[in-house]
Amino acid sequence: MSESLRAQTGPYFGEFGGRFVPESLIAALDELEATYKAAKVDPTFRAELAELHKNYTGRPSIITEAKRFSEYAGGARILLKREDLNHTGSHKINNVLGQALLAKRMGKKRIIAETGAGQHGVASATAAALFGLDCVVYMGEVDTERQALNVARMRLLGAEVIPVTTGSRTLKDAINEALRDWVTNVDSTHYLLGTVAGPHPFPEMVRDFHSVIGNEAREQMIRDFGGLPTAVAACVGGGSNAIGIFHAFLDDEDVRLIGYEAAGDGMDTDRHAATLNFGKPGVLHGARSYILQDEDGQTVESHSISAGLDYPGVGPEHSWLKDLGRAEYFGISDAEAMYALKLLSQTEGIIPAIETAHALAGALKLGKELGADSTVLINLSGRGDKDMETAAKYFGLIGSK
Amino acid sequence: MSKTAAALSAPGPKLIGYFPAGFPTLAESVEAAVTMCEAGVDVLEFGVPYSDPVMDGLVIQKATEEALANGFKLRQLFDAVKQVTSRVSKPVLVMTYWNPVLQYGIERFAQDLSDSGAAGLITPDLIPDEAAEWLRVSDELKLDRVFLVAPTSTDERAAVASRLSRGFVYAVSTMGITGAREDLDTLARGVVAKVRKADPEQQVAVGIGISTSEQASEVNEYSDGAIVGSVFVRAYSQGGKDALASKVRELVAGLNK
Repeated sequence: MSESLRAQTGPYFGEFGGRFVPESLIAALDELEATYKAAKVDPTFRAELAELHKNYTGRPSIITEAKRFSEYAGGARILLKREDLNHTGSHKINNVLGQALLAKRMGKKRIIAETGAGQHGVASATAAALFGLDCVVYMGEVDTERQALNVARMRLLGAEVIPVTTGSRTLKDAINEALRDWVTNVDSTHYLLGTVAGPHPFPEMVRDFHSVIGNEAREQMIRDFGGLPTAVAACVGGGSNAIGIFHAFLDDEDVRLIGYEAAGDGMDTDRHAATLNFGKPGVLHGARSYILQDEDGQTVESHSISAGLDYPGVGPEHSWLKDLGRAEYFGISDAEAMYALKLLSQTEGIIPAIETAHALAGALKLGKELGADSTVLINLSGRGDKDMETAAKYFGLIGSK
Repeated sequence: MSKTAAALSAPGPKLIGYFPAGFPTLAESVEAAVTMCEAGVDVLEFGVPYSDPVMDGLVIQKATEEALANGFKLRQLFDAVKQVTSRVSKPVLVMTYWNPVLQYGIERFAQDLSDSGAAGLITPDLIPDEAAEWLRVSDELKLDRVFLVAPTSTDERAAVASRLSRGFVYAVSTMGITGAREDLDTLARGVVAKVRKADPEQQVAVGIGISTSEQASEVNEYSDGAIVGSVFVRAYSQGGKDALASKVRELVAGLNK
């Protein structure tokens, strides 16, 4: 590849991306784009963000070698980029702090956010508390039930959580509701979108805010772990943590980039969220990308035990990387993910989020395929505390025995 | 001049009425659309139910969800439009989010639309910047294409939308989604003025939030028509075709007072 993939910016990633939104939002997107462009090269903004990363989030995040877990992955060396150790417990804070600073620059006093698992909602509520902004989080009713603890966290942080009762009552509908709020309140409100989907400039901007993950990891690999990894792996819902760790390695042609989508009940069933495997290009939530849809272009409901991956769309840059063949995307079922969640907990003493467990389950297969000489760097994107109720039910952990 | 533009530029106040295709069933939606035309709307806006309608408020969301639950399929749209256009002479525009058109195929959709007797398309989530293929195809088939202009649109964007729209320009009255509002925002006047400034010949109708005949009359003082949707859908939900007909007649009577 002669051209740098890393240099690609929006609004289009190949045939993907763009702005498929009501005209009412264009002015706000233009304002956001201009503010972001100026901030990106402004030393003050960069210093502010760097300071927050260091003294609030706790960056850089460490890389942990998972030696006992490796034994189950064909002996491949498994390394974990510990985004779970960030403040609020996932990678989501990287993007939230960046966008909250932009909201302040634009003079917006209110932020709104969508959330699936609650990781992005918690991060947004946290930033709102830190910066003194009003915060409303839209969350599908189904997700408020399976992530009740995160709802409580957001409320404790001072955010208003609104359960969304329309459509499939999950992440996709939370985004619809957030967009409706934004159309109505665009003057006072910044929509703090939590993934690399949505209309331009979100895919590019959210990617840039998360690229700190890969930038740190690449340096750490070279400095502390003997060089670049054989493969980099991450889970993919909307795709923010995956693009965050992939981006620094896009031009390292020998490093395989692998995303693991939620296969729900299995890749041979129709209950999954494997958009890049089974979707078709179309338009959803403001961008052209792969989408799970029927022949009429109606979005099809996705299914996953993981609320954060339960999304029938995906960021446009992933669609582009898939079509280019630069990144590969495979499916991991609920059962495979839950097995990996338990395995990492009991071999390394690290309880991952169910989302992240999809990447870990993928690494178990990948390690066997690549062999003992290989190194697999995994984005450990979030911690599993929020998933205790789901895990306890799944494994039958609550009771007298 | 397009049939829609001709209808809107005729003397007198104008009412554009929205109803979702397939709600509650395909056959009933055809009857409802015909009823609205017979009761006095000047232009009919037939909506395509879509799974993710981000510009719509709860009333229309619920109706289109019901249409989909009752089995609405896109290929039925054209037959439904044909049934309406064979029974009434009012211009019928289809309002649709963009993904259904993309999946059906832009050219194929346009051809079937044209064959069905529809005047053209209103596209709430397609901005002119992303519309290259639709612009070409709609020119070839001489279909109306209605773009939106919002209170936040720059003069430049308003001018582009005015130049590229055919039939009329949809002036978004207020910042927000569809649904009745008590106070119709004065922002609407500003939006219409932007379009007028860019193209004095262009028709411009005002929509979003209009629920009463007073509002519809007021809007007609400075624009070429009022677009009403949620109120009609609600009337139908509460009292069927008869309630729908009397709601249309109530608004039309108010307009011509």
